[in-house]
Amino acid sequence: MKLTLKVWRQQNNASKGALESYQVEANEHMSFLEMLDVLNQSLVEEKKVPVAFEHDCREGICGSCNMVINGRPHGPNQGTTTCQLHMRYFKDGDTIVVEPWRAKAFPVIKDLVVDRSSLDRIIQSGGYISVNTGQAQDANAIAIEKDRAAHAFDAAACIGCGACVAACPNGSAMLFTAAKVVHLGTMPQGEVEESTRVQAMVNQMDEEGFGMCSNTGACEADCPKEISLTNIAEMNRAYLAASLGSQKKS
Amino acid sequence: MKLESKVPEGPLADKWTKYRSTMNLVAPNNKRRIDVIVVGTGLAGASAAATLGELGYNVKAFTFHDSPRRAHSIAAQGGINAAKNYQNDGDSVYRLFYDTIKGGDYRSREANVHRLAEVSRNIIDQCAAQGVPFAREYGGLLANRSFGGVQVSRTFYARGQTGQQLLLGAYQALSRQISLGNVEMYNRHEMLDLVVVDGKARGIIARNLLTGKLERFAAHSVVLATGGYGNVFYLSTNAMGCNVTAAWKAVKKGALMANPCYTQIHPTCIPVSGDYQSKLTLMSESLRNDGRVWVPKKKEDAQAIQQGKKKGIDIPEQERDYYLERRYPAFGNLVPRDVASRAAKIACDEGKGVSPTGLAVFLDFASAIERYGKSAAHSAGIHNPDKAMITKLGEEVVAEKYGNLFEMYEKITGENPYKHPMKIYPAVHYTMGGLWVDYNLETNVPGLFALGEANFSDHGANRLGASALMQGLADGYFVLPYTIGQFLSNEIRTPKISTDLPEFAAAEKSTQDNLTKLIDIKGNQSVESFHRRLGKIVWEYCGMSRSAEGLKKGRQLIRDLRKEFWSDVFVPGTANEFNPELEKAMRVADFMELGEVMMLDALDREESCGGHFREEHKSPEGEAARNDEDYTYVAAWEWDEQDPKVHKEELIFENVELKTRSYK
Repeated sequence: MKLTLKVWRQQNNASKGALESYQVEANEHMSFLEMLDVLNQSLVEEKKVPVAFEHDCREGICGSCNMVINGRPHGPNQGTTTCQLHMRYFKDGDTIVVEPWRAKAFPVIKDLVVDRSSLDRIIQSGGYISVNTGQAQDANAIAIEKDRAAHAFDAAACIGCGACVAACPNGSAMLFTAAKVVHLGTMPQGEVEESTRVQAMVNQMDEEGFGMCSNTGACEADCPKEISLTNIAEMNRAYLAASLGSQKKS
Repeated sequence: MKLESKVPEGPLADKWTKYRSTMNLVAPNNKRRIDVIVVGTGLAGASAAATLGELGYNVKAFTFHDSPRRAHSIAAQGGINAAKNYQNDGDSVYRLFYDTIKGGDYRSREANVHRLAEVSRNIIDQCAAQGVPFAREYGGLLANRSFGGVQVSRTFYARGQTGQQLLLGAYQALSRQISLGNVEMYNRHEMLDLVVVDGKARGIIARNLLTGKLERFAAHSVVLATGGYGNVFYLSTNAMGCNVTAAWKAVKKGALMANPCYTQIHPTCIPVSGDYQSKLTLMSESLRNDGRVWVPKKKEDAQAIQQGKKKGIDIPEQERDYYLERRYPAFGNLVPRDVASRAAKIACDEGKGVSPTGLAVFLDFASAIERYGKSAAHSAGIHNPDKAMITKLGEEVVAEKYGNLFEMYEKITGENPYKHPMKIYPAVHYTMGGLWVDYNLETNVPGLFALGEANFSDHGANRLGASALMQGLADGYFVLPYTIGQFLSNEIRTPKISTDLPEFAAAEKSTQDNLTKLIDIKGNQSVESFHRRLGKIVWEYCGMSRSAEGLKKGRQLIRDLRKEFWSDVFVPGTANEFNPELEKAMRVADFMELGEVMMLDALDREESCGGHFREEHKSPEGEAARNDEDYTYVAAWEWDEQDPKVHKEELIFENVELKTRSYK
């Protein structure tokens, strides 16, 4: 299949970027990133600088890959990271626009690579359970209802790619933050610190320049792990409870 | 060079407890004055950095990723072993120890493996306390499943994303230490040299990948937790960025690379589909709990499938060869990885492969779907269910167990694995070899430690499923934080190490020269093309089956390729900027040297054991033939441009009798 790619090229954060057009010959079994490999190989053969993009596991779990494809973070397929998107979902002759995540809290580093360290700092502000190595009791000492553990898992499945932020018209990191708050707050081991955790994480989120949530639901729609919007509601409830000084969850 | 394992005296089961209680300690006030560098933030690195931070050391942690959470530990699917015996099926520390020693084909160190089995129990406790959402039974207690090579259920898991959840646990513990100021985190920094001062590891040269600038970092001790070298094969289940560079730079500064030829070929991966392919995707071993592996009995049927004239479901039951069940009735489809991989290769070599390339076998869930479907119908009180009903119910059960894996398979191949048997083929997955370490996990360079997949110590010649996560976390949470004290307790009078020492300047200069050299070649071939060619050579001559003749040829081919690389590679851009092509070029250059040592190691080892199969050494039935008389040793290689040299550590078995490994 012959494709026209319009790819965002930007030398560095200080320079201005622009879309550049390329012709690529791909086949339908390739992943989207392998198609970009083909483009880069041809650029290198022409002694040009290849397109910089982030990628690592190519199995949909590390959260490295991040491209807005035809206007949607991670492209057209629901619940699919860029690396797991295959070219069979495109047609011969298609024009595909590839851009970086765009958000105030994710400055562009080069081409499609952005700085997502703001997400790390949200976790550092409280996205953990304060337990030192060696302090744990027997793992079966606390029984956890199967459904409750599953609920925590559903939130914990977040891969930290930032698609939720890129999808949000406000550039909000509510879904990312809520997923961690709900994961830890749902587990009995993490319940103890929930109030301080949710306040610290929300404050950090604001400090990093992420926008407010206006319940558009775009984050959930483009989340490659289909993290549910209800997490945000749960976080809001926890945040409210913490702000009112109550230690109890409603 | 005499390699001292430093295994403590005493009975096997008491060694670790006694040693731990009597080893030297560093007092809290001294810990504050001691700096430790940890390179790599996967399971081993993140857990070590977090724990060292908790203990009060000044830790600097490094990753080449944009965040510590991206390390490839995150992709581990199946689970983590622990000798908890929660299932009351006869498991114990000794049994986990024994299974691991046997699974490793008697090529690992007894005392290290026993310690691993002991601390396995603490790991599960620690992870549960961190909030890792492990799979649970209806009663709320932890669930287990089985993995290859064992007959108990000791594997803890979190759906098909166990590695992710464990890594996030360690990452969160690390994040907490970062926020407390005990760990300084350096993202997007790649270690490009080890600095040795007066014979001791005292720092690293790291390249800031954003600016391209080389930076110096000094410490009293350096810990490498930088993963395995499977990407030397180009195609593997490793992430694209996995590399040997940090470990290899240590080798070039005198550390020894142990058993590099021990590489694990995982039997259940999605087969290669074209030349453009960049990586291979694993399908968790847990699928072999329910999937049955087969090829057609008749070559004509296989050819028809290869040409697309027939499909797997067109082959009648009596014309299928469930070769694992036939050859290994005791373990069936759950034989260890090396055995399953070799059997798949043999079937395909006989011309019975089932993909256009002839390099694939079937992994079939039809029997499981029928079995589960009947059982579900029975539970639902449906009498005389028809076939469609059974299939529907059965598929629901299979979806609950393996849904995400089936989905991933369909995304990649475009074929529905509920309706058609999966096609799988072995692929490089893990490397048992790594930096030589003693019982303290210290390399032969004093003050340099290696953890997780980066060391060689626990898996012998073959790793059992769900043991990599166990080892990474054992080393990081429960072993190194103690054993590093043996070294650091003698360093309490050592003042802060200065990065102005001439050793740092020299290391920085040679690294800079290397980078400049690569950029200045300005040849005509891409880094990627060299990596692909290297991978083909290593797979061809040092892959699933090796011979003396092939290994000699392979070594020569790599040397030729290396020469070509250093005269004709093209690296665009400059060294003073964000330049992923340059990063890759450095890594491929190191893989080329490592590849040569792998060939030499495989050549030296005149026996077949675990993942190392020499065509000259097999039993009449085609099974691996070990030679305990002459090869019960660890081969630790010292790098030399012309002629790498081997040093040997004899393996002493005092508790386990060396037997021919049988899964029949």
